[in-house]
Amino acid sequence: MSVTASFGGREGRPPLVQLLTPEGERVEHPDFAFDLDDEAIKGFYRDLVLTRRVDFEATALQRQGELGIWASLLGQEAAQIGSGRALSAQDYAFPTYREHGVAWCRGVDPLQLIGLFRGVDQGGWDPRESNFHLYTIVIGAQTLHATGYAMGIQRDGLVGTGDPRRDAATIVYFGDGATSQGDVNESFVFASVYNAPVVFFCQNNQWAISEPIERQSRIPLYQRALGFGFPGVRVDGNDVLACYAVTKAALQRAREGSGPMLVEAFTYRMGAHTTSDDPTRYRLSEELEHWKLKDPIERVKAYLSRNGIVDAGFYAGVEAEADELAARLRAGCLSMPDPDPLSIFDHVYVETTPQLRQQREDFAGYLASFEGAH
Amino acid sequence: MSATLAPPRTVTYREALREGLFEEMEADDRVILLGEDVGRYGGAYAVSRGLLERFGEHRVIDMPMSEALIVGAALGAAAVGARPVAEIMYMDFVTLVMDQLVNQAAKLHYMFGGQLTAPMVVRVQQGIGRGAGSQHSQSLEAWFAHVPGLKVVAPSTPADAKGLLKSAIRDDDPVLFIEHKGLYARKGEAAGPTHTVPIGLADVKRSGEDLTIVAWSNMVHTALAAAEELAREGVSAEVVDLRTIAPLDMATVLASVGRTGRLLIVHEAVRTAGLGAEIAAETAERHHGQLRAPVRRLATPDVVLPANTTLERELVPDADAVVAAARDLVRS
Ligand SMILES: Cc1ncc(C[n+]2csc(CCOP(=O)(O)OP(=O)(O)O)c2C)c(N)n1
Ligand SMILES: [Mg+2]
Repeated sequence: MSVTASFGGREGRPPLVQLLTPEGERVEHPDFAFDLDDEAIKGFYRDLVLTRRVDFEATALQRQGELGIWASLLGQEAAQIGSGRALSAQDYAFPTYREHGVAWCRGVDPLQLIGLFRGVDQGGWDPRESNFHLYTIVIGAQTLHATGYAMGIQRDGLVGTGDPRRDAATIVYFGDGATSQGDVNESFVFASVYNAPVVFFCQNNQWAISEPIERQSRIPLYQRALGFGFPGVRVDGNDVLACYAVTKAALQRAREGSGPMLVEAFTYRMGAHTTSDDPTRYRLSEELEHWKLKDPIERVKAYLSRNGIVDAGFYAGVEAEADELAARLRAGCLSMPDPDPLSIFDHVYVETTPQLRQQREDFAGYLASFEGAH
Repeated sequence: MSATLAPPRTVTYREALREGLFEEMEADDRVILLGEDVGRYGGAYAVSRGLLERFGEHRVIDMPMSEALIVGAALGAAAVGARPVAEIMYMDFVTLVMDQLVNQAAKLHYMFGGQLTAPMVVRVQQGIGRGAGSQHSQSLEAWFAHVPGLKVVAPSTPADAKGLLKSAIRDDDPVLFIEHKGLYARKGEAAGPTHTVPIGLADVKRSGEDLTIVAWSNMVHTALAAAEELAREGVSAEVVDLRTIAPLDMATVLASVGRTGRLLIVHEAVRTAGLGAEIAAETAERHHGQLRAPVRRLATPDVVLPANTTLERELVPDADAVVAAARDLVRS
């Protein structure tokens, strides 16, 4: 397949890369092909279901007061699993706060995400082990980090060597709203100028809290890439096969040294922005009904069933695994201890300062003064 | 005679702000509101609910997601006669508008030799209370007290919030208007449509004789609760609510300290180079010799704020801590 600089601008090309229809039918695309077998699709199905279950369980825990907040990925599972599974071990991913599916693909225990949203730690996973960065909440900031990281591996000679175990790429996730931030546009400029090995993966879920995509852009987001000097493509974000194929091509391109690419995964935030939000205040339920027909999991299930690839036992097995996972998360969440108050002083600096040590002592004394007071 | 009047109306801080915005927008069609989710959603903390329906999309503007744009565009509009109220969802995101606010808005009047003004308000909310984490909880008012050309206010009650918002909108200088997420649901006496509070004037929220406690924003209520407890112990604390951060009303603070001879400053912002340092220094310079005890500051330690709500509460001075510090001061 060829992914050229004219990408996205060619006449007559379907605007949306789709390889699996909402009805579960495989379709061909001139530029992108899904090159794995049905076993892999079964694996994707499992990923999708388990990720959705993580999300349901976390949402339930938040509702029960066990988490401070939760940002649901409902509806965006395919975009995240497809792109996440396209990553090689040596690739590095920069997420927003919603990439629970990518975290899953990178081997981050969902319990660690839960710890973060419970407020017992800042995430806890070692980004060097999982090649999965910490969640970024200030919108767009991570696109700059990704550009710098990509320029770094480029200078380390980890790009374009032709060795598939060595060549690496960076992927950075952000939303449709984020595309209005200066940081995102600046990272586009410099990734392009330096031909940095970074894939800009935008999940256009149609909403930035209450603001619809029309507030951010007049043209399809993927078309913006061309103006910055690299290709852009819009993929059906609810089609896990297409997300996998397109991301894989984009990553490969980056690893080879051909520079950045923008992938716009066209999807929908089926839930609230976060558990603090009530979307019925600003959007119509018909919109949700419309997108429910494009559910990312249902189409994979339709494909697997219709072609007799799996039997009922397979679904029951995944379901049982999901139940088990949910139970583990719940129990794990409830047993997480509050952090030691004095631990707040631990990582302000790499080595604490005499001033901060003094403040720590004062604070310890202050806390002790209340012990036994009541 | 007052028996025949209706009892005073009670409103929340949030409602008071909304009333202030509403009345100013009614009175002056140059006043516009712009920010993320301010229109259809009614603001992340529901302050501007109903304003889009009343004033329309031309004046209540849901902006693309760029803080620099929101404040920079407000400045541009202000320069041609609008009186914009720009909302930045969290104080922490002012880091993204520093150039627009600090280099552009604050300096416009001076650099144009007095020919242009920037009559704009930037509303932000800050503070702990919701476990919002390291990048959504900081109290950064001291940064802006350090920028000549900017005015900064941080009201603590519904009436002050409304009165100061009106003054800020009518003011010809750029004003940073700091709200607190812990205050929105707080109730207090409502202010009428003609009520304003001048920028630059502190307010004695409780009179006392033994010591002066200076606070602002949400911390005023902690100080008042502490003063109540102290009174039970026979210690009479005066509580001065700064209300305005810049320009700082040291006259009111010094007058109070002149009477009590003791000063305790309490703030939610981290300790080092917080506003407390400025107040302490001014007091030391001007009241040297009249103080009966060294000036005392109580603040959050110099740490990165956690998402954990229990920890959050422990780190930020509470009424017990204020009582203990006040007791020390009075008995020393
Ligand atoms: C710089 C900054 N401004 C505002 C916010 C508040 N905020 C959090 S999420 C969000 C919307 C993000 O929309 P989008 O980029 O589309 O991502 P999505 O949440 O839809 O995944 C906003 C405005 C923030 N976190 N950071
Ligand atoms: Mg979005």
